[in-house]
Amino acid sequence: MWELIRANKRNSIILMVMMAFVLMLLGFVIGFAVTRNPVGGFFGLVIATIIWIVLALVSLSSGDQIFLSASRAVPVTHDVHPQLFNIVEEMKIAAALPAMPKIYIINDPAPNAFATGRNPESASVAVTAGLLARLNRDELQGVIAHEISHIVHRDILFVTLAGIMLGSIVLLSQVFLRGMFYSSLGGSRRRYSSGGQGGGQAQVVLMVVAIIAAILAPIMAYLLYFALSQRREYLADAGAARLTRYPEGLASALEKISSDPAPQLASANKVTAPMYIVNPFKKKGQMKLSNLTSTHPPISERIRILRGLTHGVSYKDYSNAFTEVTHKKSVIPAAAMTKEEIGLRQAEAKAEKEQRLQSQMRQVGDIMRKVNQFVFLTCACGLKLKIPPNYKGKTVECPRCHTNHNIPGK
Amino acid sequence: MSGMIIFIVIILLVPVLLVLFVISIYNALVRLRNQVDNAWSQIDVQLKRRHDLIPNLVETAKGYMKHERGTFEAITQARSQAMGAKTVAESSKAEGALGEALSKFMLVVENYPDLKANQNFLAVQEELSSTENKIAFARQSYNDQVLAFNNKIQMFPSNIIAGMFSFGKRDFFEIEVEAEREVPKVSF
Repeated sequence: MWELIRANKRNSIILMVMMAFVLMLLGFVIGFAVTRNPVGGFFGLVIATIIWIVLALVSLSSGDQIFLSASRAVPVTHDVHPQLFNIVEEMKIAAALPAMPKIYIINDPAPNAFATGRNPESASVAVTAGLLARLNRDELQGVIAHEISHIVHRDILFVTLAGIMLGSIVLLSQVFLRGMFYSSLGGSRRRYSSGGQGGGQAQVVLMVVAIIAAILAPIMAYLLYFALSQRREYLADAGAARLTRYPEGLASALEKISSDPAPQLASANKVTAPMYIVNPFKKKGQMKLSNLTSTHPPISERIRILRGLTHGVSYKDYSNAFTEVTHKKSVIPAAAMTKEEIGLRQAEAKAEKEQRLQSQMRQVGDIMRKVNQFVFLTCACGLKLKIPPNYKGKTVECPRCHTNHNIPGK
Repeated sequence: MSGMIIFIVIILLVPVLLVLFVISIYNALVRLRNQVDNAWSQIDVQLKRRHDLIPNLVETAKGYMKHERGTFEAITQARSQAMGAKTVAESSKAEGALGEALSKFMLVVENYPDLKANQNFLAVQEELSSTENKIAFARQSYNDQVLAFNNKIQMFPSNIIAGMFSFGKRDFFEIEVEAEREVPKVSF
């Protein structure tokens, strides 16, 4: 376990350094192009670095809060969904986390989940209402175990930092390209005339180089980012199988999530996408290029690997199943594959409750009402009343049998 | 002259580095040992939680299951024995019996559809089955930590430091009662 975390930390640092390099290069080229002076280039470099430091400080102090509110996640208490709380606590115990992660629910029918935070002491787990409505207990446990593995592997810090770094590179190149666009509309004639005859040629070349750099830098940063986040998904799957001793739970959850008819997650964007358990963007009419830029490995592959864990769930077993399915080298660092025998948990005989889409959507609605502190009452006539929080302490009449109910106050 | 200085620096540096090395391994050992102890206390916490939940469960179910007095008595008795257990062996045995009584109870519940539809009962049942899971995961985590700790104190070079400060091997949590080997699965 420790070897895995160490390898992960090392990879994170390599990626950080490479992205910092891209960012500084971009700053230098833009500064050089705008001022036509190497000193201006260094000035641009300094500005880019300052932007990055400010963003890094902000993201380290409150990056998780920014991500959570950007995805419209609401913090919930135990009463809203006791089962979710219990499952998170079970996984917290299994992974020996130092503290209980904070739990958030996202009001969205698309089933998905993510984890964020700076370190295992202050981590958060967010799930969508659609996920809670769709999955049974074992499946939910698999998903939560996957998220807890991200926390244990320190992926949450990496994603936060890399996301911010990526964000600042995109921001810098956007500002520059927009600025170029507007200045070429307004004041290009004046600038070219004042530049003199000899310098004109060199300026154009410099400008073209800067524009190309501004376009390529974000793409490069994306590719770097995605290359590493795919690996992390496999590792988190391996960790989840190890924590629950029951890979079928996660496999079946992934299967359900990938076949879900609900529209894609509304609050996700390209930077936050790698944090989710499955890619929140549904592929529709996308080209095959998506394999390179995809933040997540193909779900069918992940499911096949998990189902291939028939003998045990140690990292070594996962690595073997991985090679069998993908015919690639292992994703697990060799140092992490210590000799350990970890058997599977016995499957529980459980009647699968198949639900229709309609009842699923109703459950999503109920979960969100609970998040928003609605009171649920069952009237003697069998009607279920869902009462908004502003009726607390008042009396409500049942619309069917006209019995009066006193709503308990806060 | 400068060779002399380098020689002295090296002579001084080697023990310092050695001490730092020993300190870092010692700290790693202490951390692992604390994790083992912490995992052990987690098991206790969850076992105690199970004891606390049982009166609630019995209270909720009693009204529906008038003809199952024997089952309730078995649970209550097993609980008081588990709570009164003094030694680890005694406690392990009593907890095993309690788990068995509870899984029997959950089987009987299947015959009472009214009870299974009761919201309060469902809530208690979720808490109870989650506590069973937590006990199982706490044991799993304890055994994982013990494995890491034992590996560390047996492997070179940390075995030397472990020997110096007498870090002893820890035992795995082996379940003695046959019934406890299978954590009672509460099915719905």
